[in-house]
Amino acid sequence: MGEKKKIIKTIKIDADKCNGCRSCEVICSAFHAEPKYSSNNPARSRIRVIRDPIRDIYIPVCAGEYTPAECMGRDKYVIDGKEYDECSFCRASCPSRKEFKEPDSGLPLKCDMCEGEDEPLCVKWCITDALTYEEREEEVEEEGEEQEELEIGLESLVDKHGLDKIMDTIARISNKG
Amino acid sequence: MRYAETGYNLEIDLSKGNIERVETDPGDTGFYLGGLGTNAKILWDRVPPEIEPFSPDNLLIFSAGLLCGTPAIGCNRTIVTTISPQTLLMAYSMMGGFWAPELKYAGYDKVIIRGKSPDLVYLWINNDKVEIRDASHLRGKGANEATGLIQQELKEPRAQVSAIGLAGENRVYFSSIEQGRSSASRGGIGAVMGDKGLKAIAVRGTKDINIAQPDRFMELCDEVLEYIKFREKTPIRGVPPILAGLGSPQEMTTHDEQWHTTNFAWGNARYRKKDFWTEEVEKRWTESLEKVRTRLISCYNCPMKCGATINYPGLSTYMMKCYSKLTYTMASMTDLDFGFQIAQRATEYGVDAFSTPQTMAFALELYEAGILTDDDMPGMPTDSEGRFLWLLDRIVQREGIGDVLANGTYWAAKQIGKGAEEYAHNNIKKHEQLPLKLGMLNPVYFLMYCTGEKINITQIEGQFPQAPFPKREQREEFVKDWFQVPDEKFKKYFVDWEPRGENSIPYYPTPQMTCDIVDWQEKMHYIDDALGMCAGLSSFPLKPPYHLHNYPQFIASGAGIDMDEDRLNQAVKRCRTLVRANNVRRGMRRKDEKPPEDHWKKRFPELEKELLDTYYKFKGWNEQGIPTKESLHELGLDYVYEDFEKRGVYSDNDPPSKEPSTDKEKEI
Repeated sequence: MGEKKKIIKTIKIDADKCNGCRSCEVICSAFHAEPKYSSNNPARSRIRVIRDPIRDIYIPVCAGEYTPAECMGRDKYVIDGKEYDECSFCRASCPSRKEFKEPDSGLPLKCDMCEGEDEPLCVKWCITDALTYEEREEEVEEEGEEQEELEIGLESLVDKHGLDKIMDTIARISNKG
Repeated sequence: MRYAETGYNLEIDLSKGNIERVETDPGDTGFYLGGLGTNAKILWDRVPPEIEPFSPDNLLIFSAGLLCGTPAIGCNRTIVTTISPQTLLMAYSMMGGFWAPELKYAGYDKVIIRGKSPDLVYLWINNDKVEIRDASHLRGKGANEATGLIQQELKEPRAQVSAIGLAGENRVYFSSIEQGRSSASRGGIGAVMGDKGLKAIAVRGTKDINIAQPDRFMELCDEVLEYIKFREKTPIRGVPPILAGLGSPQEMTTHDEQWHTTNFAWGNARYRKKDFWTEEVEKRWTESLEKVRTRLISCYNCPMKCGATINYPGLSTYMMKCYSKLTYTMASMTDLDFGFQIAQRATEYGVDAFSTPQTMAFALELYEAGILTDDDMPGMPTDSEGRFLWLLDRIVQREGIGDVLANGTYWAAKQIGKGAEEYAHNNIKKHEQLPLKLGMLNPVYFLMYCTGEKINITQIEGQFPQAPFPKREQREEFVKDWFQVPDEKFKKYFVDWEPRGENSIPYYPTPQMTCDIVDWQEKMHYIDDALGMCAGLSSFPLKPPYHLHNYPQFIASGAGIDMDEDRLNQAVKRCRTLVRANNVRRGMRRKDEKPPEDHWKKRFPELEKELLDTYYKFKGWNEQGIPTKESLHELGLDYVYEDFEKRGVYSDNDPPSKEPSTDKEKEI
């Protein structure tokens, strides 16, 4: 199998530098408005500053994947003596929180790194450098890795449910498609 | 569709418990601008001069500025307007923070409070759902403490809360409205909130604010962002470091306090300590600040870091900004460490950081002079720090002598008598001023002190350097990239301004030039207060990113209002005139427009008269400072003229000074 180059886009978040201004939320929601910039509403933003000023907590978090289920358990972090609420660092749009959902429809929101712009606009508007943008190239094995993952996943399902049941299910899903 | 504004106000009647959502006239926005402009119009229409500050009919208006909630950087201010119990004039104190944009996202431009609630309540605005809720369990709670409790019981940490502390509840004449890192402090508006039985307003909003011409508006925002970055890298040369950058004075980052501590006055605005600043003090004060400062913080959508989270050992966390760092320290003649300690208590109580320390220093001067005695101060500690904390508690609880002092130095001196009036020496229009005493009269500052209707010098100064640079070459260098000037002539005014000789103060700038300079500086503040823009990116610092040339485009592309420089000049003049009209109708005249007697050692009565005469004429006001029929007509404010005529305002040059009636609350 051949090697493939992949660009990894990263927003580096230095929470120590965050001044809590929420400019990232402002520009994100403006950029993603339809038509572009025609309205502004941080509740629609795909980046949110999880903040509690009195406890000095400022964590900018970008929206990640939608998940239909809540976590089975929750974590709490204590860092440098500050206790962070459960979900403080989580990127998911999920049933247990209001963040990363359209306020009207409840549909999930996900960061798209402001496709088409030189850099994500939250980074451009964060001149305190709490958010910086990094791109790096990584070499990945073409197809191979995914193939491997798929096999491992399927094998575990087969172990659990038996091959027949899995085959039936796959057949049913492909018919629906 | 309405752009930048929502087009709705909330009308809350606390006597009846009534809540209404009222659509506003879009024509008013173009005519008066939003924020302060429309506030002044509402006050004019609905609060005639017979209505006293603590009457249920006095209004308390919380307004977002016109451009709050848009991406305009630094536009986040709430303009609170009412009749002040201290000055008995229109008060319009402002705060940054996060409250105004949140109100816009909830779908409202203003919250207009009337009446009085029999029990302590708070208001919860959650988009379309608005409730008046019981606040009896919050009675006596600190402003930050109450904020936390409200967010908890609403299960809404994203709610933005404006709250009063115990001072507001007890109607202290210099109580503030606190909002986490910001406060609307001047003029005692917290007392009106307390008088109405309103502990707090919590707001949460998740709706859109629309932009009329999105592409143009974002271009302008990008230009502002780029210019802020440029100015961060390029501080202005030739001025003290504290004036060289953008934002409000960077008190939370600055360790070099030589300028403030040696130029401003200590105690009851009395003593200059010209030799105060030493290496040893700098070392100690640097440690004091670094020990308590957890993080530098900003207001909504602003890259500056003018505030800080402060953790004083053993006390609950609070947030501080700007000059409150030094006012308690210098008034109590103590040390910065004590300043941070007492400011925590003062913030929870919710009091103004200018008037409060000065009132306490005034009390101690009266005590030293034997005008107040041990009988008035039973149990007062002997050390300065102890005395300040003791006085603060008495004032906020209105206990004993504190009940008198809680009305501020002007009214307290009147009540105490025995020559106490001479000690209340630092007031304009009954309001405590910056503690600053100087030598030679400065014509620009003379006019600003006399006529500024926020009655606070920092709310009228900013665009023109406070003093000439020593050398002509330095001045020529300064004006090279000074594109913010309204007209090229301002550059010449500055280049020709000399520290000594013919072209120096008090006779230069000439009265005519002085009028131009004061008018420009004042105009910038009035625009900011209408749009909700922070003065720190606009009217307060030299060479700011917002100015008379880009503002019309911001308003046009943001709010969709037909606007150019001429129209903006006219609209802001209208807003400014209406503020004056409210005050004139309440008896303000030329006799009230004077700086503290001892502000400058060298005074020039004839020149001062000429300055005031020239400025009144320049503004279209008569010799009493009352807007004339012609100037009102030109602004489309004929209704003001008619009201003035009906009330005999033009023929009444010496209306009696009003006394506040303190027993009014017993009527309800």
